[in-house]
This record gives sequence, C-alpha cells and structure tokens, in this order.
Amino acid sequence: MTRIADRFAKLAHERRAAFVPFIMAGDPDYETSLALLKALPGAGADVIELGVCFTDPMADGPAIQAAGLRALKSGQTLKKTLAMVRTFRQQDDETPIILMGYYNPVCAYGPADFVRDAKAAGVDGLIVVDLPPEEDAELRLPARAEGLDFIRLATPTTDARRLPMVVKNASGFLYYVSVAGITGKAAGETQAVAAAAARLRAASGLPVAVGFGIKTKEKARDIAKVADAVVVGSALVERLASSLAQSRGKSDIVVKSVLSLARDISGAVRAPREE
Amino acid sequence: MTGPTSEKLNTYRAGPDAEGRFGKYGGRFVAETLMPLVLDLEKAYLEARSDPAFQDELASYLKHYVGRPSPLYYAERLTAYVRGLSAPGKGAKIYFKRDELNHTGAHKINNCMGQILLARRMGKTRIIAETGAGQHGVATATVCARFGLPCVVYMGATDVERQKPNVFRMKLLGAEVIPVTSGRATLKDAMNEALRDWVTNVADTFYIIGTAAGPHPYPMMVRDFQSVIGREAKAQMLEAEGRLPNAVMACIGGGSNAIGLFHPFLDDSDVEIIGVEAAGLGLSTGEHAASLSGGRPGVLHGNRTYLLQDADGQIKDAHSISAGLDYPGVGPEHAWLHDVGRVQYQSATDDEALSMFQLCAELEGIIPALEPAHALARAVDKAQAMGEDEILLVNLCGRGDKDVFSVMDILKDR
Repeated sequence: MTRIADRFAKLAHERRAAFVPFIMAGDPDYETSLALLKALPGAGADVIELGVCFTDPMADGPAIQAAGLRALKSGQTLKKTLAMVRTFRQQDDETPIILMGYYNPVCAYGPADFVRDAKAAGVDGLIVVDLPPEEDAELRLPARAEGLDFIRLATPTTDARRLPMVVKNASGFLYYVSVAGITGKAAGETQAVAAAAARLRAASGLPVAVGFGIKTKEKARDIAKVADAVVVGSALVERLASSLAQSRGKSDIVVKSVLSLARDISGAVRAPREE
Repeated sequence: MTGPTSEKLNTYRAGPDAEGRFGKYGGRFVAETLMPLVLDLEKAYLEARSDPAFQDELASYLKHYVGRPSPLYYAERLTAYVRGLSAPGKGAKIYFKRDELNHTGAHKINNCMGQILLARRMGKTRIIAETGAGQHGVATATVCARFGLPCVVYMGATDVERQKPNVFRMKLLGAEVIPVTSGRATLKDAMNEALRDWVTNVADTFYIIGTAAGPHPYPMMVRDFQSVIGREAKAQMLEAEGRLPNAVMACIGGGSNAIGLFHPFLDDSDVEIIGVEAAGLGLSTGEHAASLSGGRPGVLHGNRTYLLQDADGQIKDAHSISAGLDYPGVGPEHAWLHDVGRVQYQSATDDEALSMFQLCAELEGIIPALEPAHALARAVDKAQAMGEDEILLVNLCGRGDKDVFSVMDILKDR
C-alpha cells in the first residue's frame, strides 16, 4: 500500500472526506513555507498538495500566480521543493504529499532524475497540469515505475468520449476540476459536482478529489458530502498574502493565520456525513 | 547543410504527425479542460482545409480584402550598395517579398483571415487573441470588425504603454484591449492570459493565435495560412527570373512569416534557407530573444520547443528592440528544422536592425518594420558572400509605420 491508498482507506473507514490544502512551496520564503507545511497535518490536513512554482502558470488565477511569483522571488527551485519534502518526512511518514505544477521545471530537471529524487524525498504523487493523457507517458511511466502515483485531472469538458482514456492510466485518486476555468474562480454547483464525482468514481474505481474555487467553509462542507476529498488552494494562499501584508512579513503570524483558516475548513470537511 | 544532427530526408514537408509533432517538437501540452477543444479545432481545420469552398472563400478575401498577391520586388539600390561592399564578381541580386503592403501592414492578416473564416465555420461567436507589438492584435481586430464578431485582445501592460498607436487602432476597430499585469506583463504573459480566458469560455470562444506556435493544430494551421507567402514568391520568382532563388531569408520571433516563406521551399534542396533571430543587446549579454541560438528545448504554451529558460526551467524574459520578436520561444517546426539542419538560424542585434531600418528607408524608399530589418542585416552579409549571378529573397513581412516613434526616440538619445 502507498501512503495515498492508506490514507483514503482510513478515511473511507471513518466515513469522511479528506481535507487537501494546497500551498505553494517557497511562498513567501523557504522557512515560512516549511513551517506551514510541517504544521498542516496538525491543522487537519489529510493529504497535502505542494505547489511547484513556475513563471507561466497558465491554468492558475491571480492568487496562485502571485504565490508562485513570491516563491520565485525568494529563490525557490524544484530542488529546494524536494528538500522541503525530505525535511517534512523526518517528522511525518503518513500524510501523503502531492506535487502540483507545470511540466517545464520537471523537463529541465530531467524526468528520470526527478522521479527518482522525488520518491527518495518522500513525495507520493504528481499532478502536472499541462500534461494531458495524450502527452503524459514520458513522465507517467517513469513515475509509476518508481512507485509514484500519477494523478489525472478530469474537467467539465471531459466528455464520455474522453473519460475512458483519462481514467485508464490514472492512479492514486482522480482530481475533478469543478469548473471550466482557472484556479480561484467560483466552484461548480454542488449537484453537478456530485453527479460528476459519482460518474468518475464509477469509471475509475478511484477516490475523487474536487478542487478549483472552493473558498468557504460552507462550500467545503457541501462538496465533502459528495466527494472523497476537498482541495482548497486559492483561499489559503489569499489568506497568506493578506496576513503577509498586514503583519509586514512576520513569519509566525503568517503561519498562524493560514493554519487558523485551514483548521476552520478542515472542521467543515470533517463534519460527519448525515446519511 | 549544417546542424548537430544533420540528415537528408526525402521530404521536409510531411510534418506534423498525427500527434502534432515535428520530430520531437510540438505536441499538445495543454490542461485537460482545453484538450477537447484543441481536438475539435484540429478536426474542423482538417475538414476545412480539404474543402474547396473554404479555400475559395479564403482566396477571395485574401485577394479583395488583404490585397494579395503581394509584389515581388527587385531591390536594385540595396543590391548596388551590397555590390559596392563586395569582392569582384560577388554580391547577389536582392529581392523583397513585399508582405508589408498587405492590409494592416504585415503578414499577420494572412493567418487571421484564415482563422476567422474557420471560427465562423465552427459557429464560434467570440474571438480572443494575444499581441505583443500589437500587429497581430490589429489584424485580429480588423477581421473581427469585418465579420462583426466581438474581439478581446490581451496585451502586456508594458506593451500597451509602448505601442499606443496600435492600442488606439484596435479600439477604433471595436476590440476590447485588456492590459495584462500578471507575471512580467509581456507577450508571454498575454498568451497565458488568453489561454486562461479560453479555458474559462470554452463553449463560444475561438482563440486566434498569432504565431506558428501553441498546441497542435496551431503551428500547422498558422503555417498553412502563411504559406501563401512562399507559394506566391516561388511562382513570382520563376516568372521574373525563370529560376528559384539561391537563398531565402526571414526574421524569426515565433516564426510565422518565416515558416510561411520557407515551407514551400523546404524540398528545393538547391535553395539555401536562413532564419534570423533577434540577438537584442548581443547573445553573450543574455538580453536577447534568440531561442534557437541561446535556448534549449522545453515545454511552454502547449508545445515542446526551444525556450529561453534558466537551470530550474523557469522561463526567462526575452529582449528585443522589436516587440514582434520579443518572445522566449519559437514555433516547433523551426525547432525541428534547426535540429535536422535544413534551415540555418542566425541572429542580428538591436543596433544592426536599427541601421537596416534606416538604410532600407534611404536606399529603397521603404521603411521596413524592425522585425524584417533583422533579416536585412544578415541578408546584406549573405549577399556579399554570394555570386553576382545569384539571387537572394528576403521576406519584408511588415512595414515600419508602427516603429517610427520608438526609433525616433532611440535615435534622438544618441
């Protein structure tokens, strides 16, 4: 069993959805970001998505774009992101970590070297936004050979014709992008998301995580009722940005502020299912 | 032929393959949300391409609206100038393919006309585009006005400031110009923003990409629409001289005018083909836009190609005096032609382009855009090395009206 499979099995047993916070590695700097990463499991994170910064994040909205730029400015690289995971693993060997980003930094690192180093650092899965099923073999195959899950994305435009191809080589879980659009915009209607999640679960046999635009406790609670995992990114990143501005860059205040929102949302996600 | 993996092929015109690859370059590196759209677009384009009614309609608009064919012109005084610098018996005859005489002043409209006819055929009701200098934005706004479709143009905030006349032109043509402040507010960021719009408005929107890059089928489609340049030039050269040119040259940013000129000549093995990238302040300074000479392969904006990037795979800002060449990537077909050695890629600096801007104006009464002025810089060298019985064809892909104010400012400071 992998950390991802273990975690979803445990949550299925508890009959609740996973809370999956997203933070950008290196935002606003390495140390603050590492402190945040280390504290997230304590704030209710069941799985963590760690963003890999890229200069041209074409699927991201303003909040995550800004987070990526802050990370780049502070000198974050893919190598440092792996180092961050390695440090995290010294204290936590259970919480799955998924790296999420774009292909070019991985290309520059070299796919074979990257999957080897990522596995050794304690990464569990990869989401690469600009590698659709038609193009992902060059990273998916070496990743799977190393035992890393390669997480496929499904969207409202993934129609019945494409779905079999999308689920065919998926592993870990399926990530459902709840709206056609960029990160941080409004999330899809809960009913439509419920139908999509059910369809994807049936087609893939994998847990379904839902993300893009889930910003409030209320929305998180709604989605938690119909999905296996709730991904929250822009809201946390926006909180980080605003507390950074208010505290004039005080690292401990920033960490506290983001964790308090994470705790709120995780509470909503953990609210027991009624049925 | 030169190049690291130089090889002779039976044809250089077979690409791309079914996955949109030219060798290892190209492809469809887009988010899942966009995949169904680019697949639909490919299908619709292939149907249109083989439909005589579509081709007739396009040909008619190119003739009556764009003003094609553009003339082939013997640049007599530039040729005399070059011969004055050359050894005895040297100094090729220089011809211009005058795509700067097209409606809107550049080659960009060849592609916009093709894409908007396709958009109409697909029933799309909203057009988006990215622009750097504003030439592609103006061409897109123009065809949108002609066909009565709403048009949104994304333009880096820095470029909006630098290219005010083109911003006004686009607005006059009814387009909405959205300044892009994300990232570093340049052409690549405008392209990111256009992709973000497309991913959000998947049902009704057609994205008219301005260069021969992006996810398949764009590089192929833009090349096909721009190949009218090379097809005309070939026929006109045979008529004027009874033979093909010995060498053809064009400037390269993303590379749409160049691939349009080159593609019909790729299998004419006696024709030497040279592309000229923007060397900015000089290749050694790092301040340039020469992805082939100074970059390495990676993935950006939907395709694998040569990119300006750092060791971590972060995209570097390009620099060129010419906003139209100021892009950190290059079309994937050029990346492949570079690797197989069929096309030779050189570069010219800001200063060299500036000199040619002035020289061409003085000698030929033609103010070229700063983009083809880069090609002219290497053409003048190349012609000196060729025999006087040889012919060199240069694509004059745009006129310099848009550049006169910025050039005036630069010259004033010197």
